[in-house]
Amino acid sequence: MRHETFSAERTREIVSAHLALEGPLMPILHAVRDAFGFVPEAAVPVIAEELNLSRAEVHGVVTFYHDFNREPHGRHVVKLCRAEACQSMGVDDLVAHAERALGVEMGETSADGRVTLEPIFCLGLCACAPAAMVDGRIIGRLDKAAVDEIVAEVDR
Amino acid sequence: MSIKVFVPRDAAAVACGADAVALALQNAATEAGVEITLVRNGSRGMLWLEPLVEVEADGVRYGFGPVAPRHVADLVAAGLFTAPASVTGSLAIGVTEEHPFFAKQTRLTFARCGLTDPVSLSDYLAHDGYKGLEKALSLAPIDIVKEVTDSGLRGRGGAGFPTGIKWKTVHDAKGDQKYIVCNADEGDSGTFADRMIMEGDPFLLVEGMTIAGLAVGATRGYVYLRSEYPHAQIALNSAIRAAKSAGYLGQDIRGSGRAFELEVRMGAGAYVCGEETSLLESLEGKRGLVRAKPPLPAHVGLFGKPTIINNVLSLCAVPYILAEGAKAYADYGMGRSRGTMPVQIAGNVKYGGLFETAFGIPLGELVDDIGGGTFSGRPVKAVQVGGPLGAYLPRHQFDTPFDYEAFTKKDALIGHGGIVVFDDTADMAKMARFAFEFCAIESCGKCTPCRIGSTRGRETVEKIMAGIDVEKNIAVMTDLSNTMKFGSLCALGGFTPYPVMSAFTHFPEDFRRTRQLEAAE
Repeated sequence: MRHETFSAERTREIVSAHLALEGPLMPILHAVRDAFGFVPEAAVPVIAEELNLSRAEVHGVVTFYHDFNREPHGRHVVKLCRAEACQSMGVDDLVAHAERALGVEMGETSADGRVTLEPIFCLGLCACAPAAMVDGRIIGRLDKAAVDEIVAEVDR
Repeated sequence: MSIKVFVPRDAAAVACGADAVALALQNAATEAGVEITLVRNGSRGMLWLEPLVEVEADGVRYGFGPVAPRHVADLVAAGLFTAPASVTGSLAIGVTEEHPFFAKQTRLTFARCGLTDPVSLSDYLAHDGYKGLEKALSLAPIDIVKEVTDSGLRGRGGAGFPTGIKWKTVHDAKGDQKYIVCNADEGDSGTFADRMIMEGDPFLLVEGMTIAGLAVGATRGYVYLRSEYPHAQIALNSAIRAAKSAGYLGQDIRGSGRAFELEVRMGAGAYVCGEETSLLESLEGKRGLVRAKPPLPAHVGLFGKPTIINNVLSLCAVPYILAEGAKAYADYGMGRSRGTMPVQIAGNVKYGGLFETAFGIPLGELVDDIGGGTFSGRPVKAVQVGGPLGAYLPRHQFDTPFDYEAFTKKDALIGHGGIVVFDDTADMAKMARFAFEFCAIESCGKCTPCRIGSTRGRETVEKIMAGIDVEKNIAVMTDLSNTMKFGSLCALGGFTPYPVMSAFTHFPEDFRRTRQLEAAE
């Protein structure tokens, strides 16, 4: 997915579009993340000022939630579900396989910015386990061959 | 006449290739010169058969699954569109509703799921939709509360608190603004009923929340939806738009002069936000830190106002209760667990899916008969019921009936009704380690037993697994579990001991493996 380059101006625009909402901070952070691909450090004081909050308060919220990544992801994001239902169907072996094939460890982005591999805890596809999410697309009944297909897709 | 063909839009079906199947069917129909109407319905809940294609002939629906795009040409050649009843082969399951998995259920909440086009208001109305609201609009608010109380409905999110009492408290509370909040942060592994109903029958949740609003005088509602469920977000927003433009939501509901506005808000990947007070903090735009209770959310809830916070399934049970009466619902079930529970069978299981049934069915029947045992074909070692905070139950406890109290007696919980099956290759010490690890990752950090106990717990189980001072560390693990159980602020820290200690109690040999190895040398 293509993302915009961060600017304070664009951040202010996003904030003002959400000001009519009750409790607007979460929707704002989602929108900022969607626009820039991550929540840049520099966005925090801008949001804080616009909402009349302290920087610490906004920083606290950003860092609490797994979704608000503070560094850009790779061009592809591969999430493998590590919750119990997927474990019961052998996702641990697939994680090891994916780490080897992608050349990146769980929770990391490859040095060339090609791919980010992340754990996720439950996609609600527990009767079609193991499950994955690749660039927002969900995949069930994952096996080694399916992981290899994902790896090939990422390498293209 | 155009032939109706159904391919689910449910995320589980899509994850198994439903979109490609739908495209292949459309193309095949065009090529064959057959006019079809392709409906993207919800899932019937027989998830091992997804993508489950259905074709309607003479008002009867015939099912085929699991269908892959490569099957489509052969199925069409065999008469899929023109004579679905006569198509044979391993994919043909016959009349969908006669399938034993489906026929054995009591579908009250999921009555429409899979049957209708989820985002079509006219389809919803044609299948008894909004009958509950119609009834509610003719009742005084306190009488709506009374119906819900009399139905015996208990919170389906896990705690099992009587829904009617919660509603009565908010009804009686004074406030210039009250809120209805739906907890759709279904984070438990092995559960997907909320997701399925929001994707498969989103108007039901909208209707349930609207009735709740009328009952307690709340004019605003929020669905707090986990970000892992993008398909549910699309379905809900489209239902809300349709309801609003038809006057089922807004400032004047169906000309009654009563108002109710509804909005979907997305979570951001924090499991603890499924805890109700943490969820309210998050909705307010704060860190999802658990609040100490009292005050209860019913008195001081969202933005400090009286708030009903209910699980998706609780709110989705309400339209039936209003439409058919409290007694009709309460007639199902056992003991103090009234009505039905949409049970979710998942993990290493042959026939995984959603099975709605009256309370009281024995656990073993769900695992062995309905679920058909493990997918791997190996013996069942244990099942975890109720998500990451639920206990592991071994086979000798499979006679336990699905009932809140019966599970509590076994030091277990039914939680949100998810069952995850494990075969005999599962290492229960590893599962105990995971329970602590998950708690450590997801702890909000407010209380010490959960924040620090979870990390120390993981380290302790790791020592046990490595064979270091095994008996001493088992004592530490037990003691720590006790501290977390009684000292934590909410269920995350308080219930993590359930999977840990049940794993140890029923499978102590998995924790003493290294010593057995030494003894064998």
